[in-house]
Amino acid sequence: MRNPQLTKNGELQHLLTIDGLPREILTAILDTAAPFTEVAEREVKKLPLLRGKSVFNLFFENSTRTRTTFEIAAKRLSADVINLNINTSSTSKGETLLDTVDNLSAMQADMFVVRHAASGAPFLIAQHLAAMGLEHIHVINAGDGRHAHPTQGLLDMYTIRHYKRDFSDLVVAIVGDVLHSRVARSQIQALTTLGVPEVRVIGPKTLLPSEVEKLGVRVFHDMREGLKDVDVVMMLRLQNERMKGALLPSPQEFFKSYGLTADKLQCARPDAIVMHPGPMNRGVEIDSAVADGPHAVILPQVTFGIAVRMAVMSMLAGA
Amino acid sequence: MLPDAERLCEALAESLRPGLDPQTALVGIHTGGVWVAERLHAALGLKTPLGRLDVSFYRDDFSRSGLHPQLKSSDIPFEVEERPIVIVDDVLYTGRTIRAAMNEIFDYGRPARIDLAVLVDRGGRELPVCPRWTGETLQVEPGKNLQLERGEGNRLVLRLVDA
Repeated sequence: MRNPQLTKNGELQHLLTIDGLPREILTAILDTAAPFTEVAEREVKKLPLLRGKSVFNLFFENSTRTRTTFEIAAKRLSADVINLNINTSSTSKGETLLDTVDNLSAMQADMFVVRHAASGAPFLIAQHLAAMGLEHIHVINAGDGRHAHPTQGLLDMYTIRHYKRDFSDLVVAIVGDVLHSRVARSQIQALTTLGVPEVRVIGPKTLLPSEVEKLGVRVFHDMREGLKDVDVVMMLRLQNERMKGALLPSPQEFFKSYGLTADKLQCARPDAIVMHPGPMNRGVEIDSAVADGPHAVILPQVTFGIAVRMAVMSMLAGA
Repeated sequence: MLPDAERLCEALAESLRPGLDPQTALVGIHTGGVWVAERLHAALGLKTPLGRLDVSFYRDDFSRSGLHPQLKSSDIPFEVEERPIVIVDDVLYTGRTIRAAMNEIFDYGRPARIDLAVLVDRGGRELPVCPRWTGETLQVEPGKNLQLERGEGNRLVLRLVDA
């Protein structure tokens, strides 16, 4: 079966997950993002690539940062952006997901940016558009359930490449609540596809998916051991809202074992970078001294995120 | 027989010299235009650093052909506001690239004026674009592309290839 994200010519048609995308496409996205970073330094921060196109932000789940950066990215490309906060609109009146999509398609949408609590919702929309003969409408997954958050994974790769130049010699550790994290899944897939030789996950057994080793990672339950000589530390947010039942004794207990402190960071390489997808829980997964310290590249991640999303949108619109 | 590109650069520099203001900035268009602009910049001893543009983001054929895979960053290392600017390109053909370049420059500020210097004018304009300085005017058949290449010892060479 053809990868549903790619056109017949192997170009990116939708961005739904990093899983199954060839290294060439990931590299092309990162390469394309680089010149977009320069646009932010101009007097007029706008490019005409998506002029006359309508981008619909369909957020079935709350998000401020991701929605805002997608909105800025689309606006810098001169698109018209329509934000739909679905909690407060038609679905509460009973409209189905695909009816919503059909209605917006009838309003001449060109691109949907979708966040949904259900894994696979963006895939369902892409499939539906194909069945309706609406292949010219592109779908970007902005986070679905526990499944994937591909643009976050890509902006993390952009950040790593920016500071470390090359993936082929790195040790990268992903720390925290991997079980509930779509970000972690996208990160692991991107890192292994781009050829990072050693990816580690660090966390308590209750917050790591069973058989996580099968993703090609090394598993550590002791944080100091796991951080030894790593080049990149990727912290995850403790997903309070996704947590059901007693997986953890308390956030304080979690911080003691798996919170990133300056002391634990000493185990990593002296030039290690610390990343976090935000929003941060200070004092739960990361100590303020680290979050605001010299190793942190958390705010550059946000800035690069705009350029990476501009690159993805331009590549989709040009496919 | 195509003219020698290095000679054309030298001649082009001499024809520019009398028309330049001390504030003038050169802006080369990637990739060939940047090479020519580098030659002119050195020959004319300009103080303002050289600007470089990749006009891919401003092209009018984006919706038809998408983004070029090898994008370069644009780099305008000077204040555009109120400055005389000379756009430099290797081969002038339809004029669409120059239109895109002018649009991009205006996103950095309002220049005092924009002039155009090209190494070769091959005719075939589709927009009202006219260079102020031209190295050489050549007749090229429609099915062919005239392109500038960098050969041995970074020497610039003009070549005719099938489009």
